[in-house]
Amino acid sequence: MEQPWSHLKIKRTDEISVVAFADRKILEELAIQEIEEELHQVVDSEPGIKLLLNFQNVDHLSSAALGMLITLNKKIKETNGELKLSDINRQIFEVFKITRLNRVFDIHDTADQAIAQF
Amino acid sequence: MTVPREFNLRAADLHEIIVHDRLHGGGESEERIASELARNSFSPDDAFAVKLALEEALTNALKHGNNDDANKKVIVRYLINHARAVIMVRDEGPGFSPNRIPDPTADENLERPCGRGIMLMHAYMTRIHFNKSGNEVWMLKEKRPRRSASFG
Repeated sequence: MEQPWSHLKIKRTDEISVVAFADRKILEELAIQEIEEELHQVVDSEPGIKLLLNFQNVDHLSSAALGMLITLNKKIKETNGELKLSDINRQIFEVFKITRLNRVFDIHDTADQAIAQF
Repeated sequence: MTVPREFNLRAADLHEIIVHDRLHGGGESEERIASELARNSFSPDDAFAVKLALEEALTNALKHGNNDDANKKVIVRYLINHARAVIMVRDEGPGFSPNRIPDPTADENLERPCGRGIMLMHAYMTRIHFNKSGNEVWMLKEKRPRRSASFG
């Protein structure tokens, strides 16, 4: 069966949902809204979800995307789930550092390292 | 439109794109500016910085300035050469006071979903200037000199 997602690629590893992005740029409002809706569907389908967002394909990210990630993180925490991020490239990691959001999110260099920490 | 003195250029030298929304002018302005940055050999980091600042300025203008009303327009003017990139973004909104935006990096604001755009523009550009009413922003990126391989 084809996956219903247009912006996400989802893989299941043990108990962990690993989500990669189909878009290289997560910038503008409309696309971000669609990504957010898809991510919330994933989270709603599994209370207490262990979710890893893999940013390997992503090379541009805006403040609107950061806002979307903050809202997602809160929602996951409310159901005692866990969100981790991995494979963030150097330029985008700098955006997390400048905004100090590297303190809010649990960020790992690689997906394997993140998976080992759940 | 008045060019801020410290930007030191003639208004007639700027290129102009009219933006109504993302599909009508928004994407075009991003593509044209990206290709000018590449043509003028901006480094990947400097190009990343300018594209991010432009994105944030466009979002502010379209969403907060023009309230997502595609009948209104955002004017993007730019000049990119081998030394610097200058971009102006102007919307039809009433403007705002950029100084009144709370510091998004303060501990108590870290988990707020909004309020990071202006801060990122400042962080990534060499200079940011808002007009008095706040509906027009000028952004300057001076190209970082590349390390020369030559001696002496």
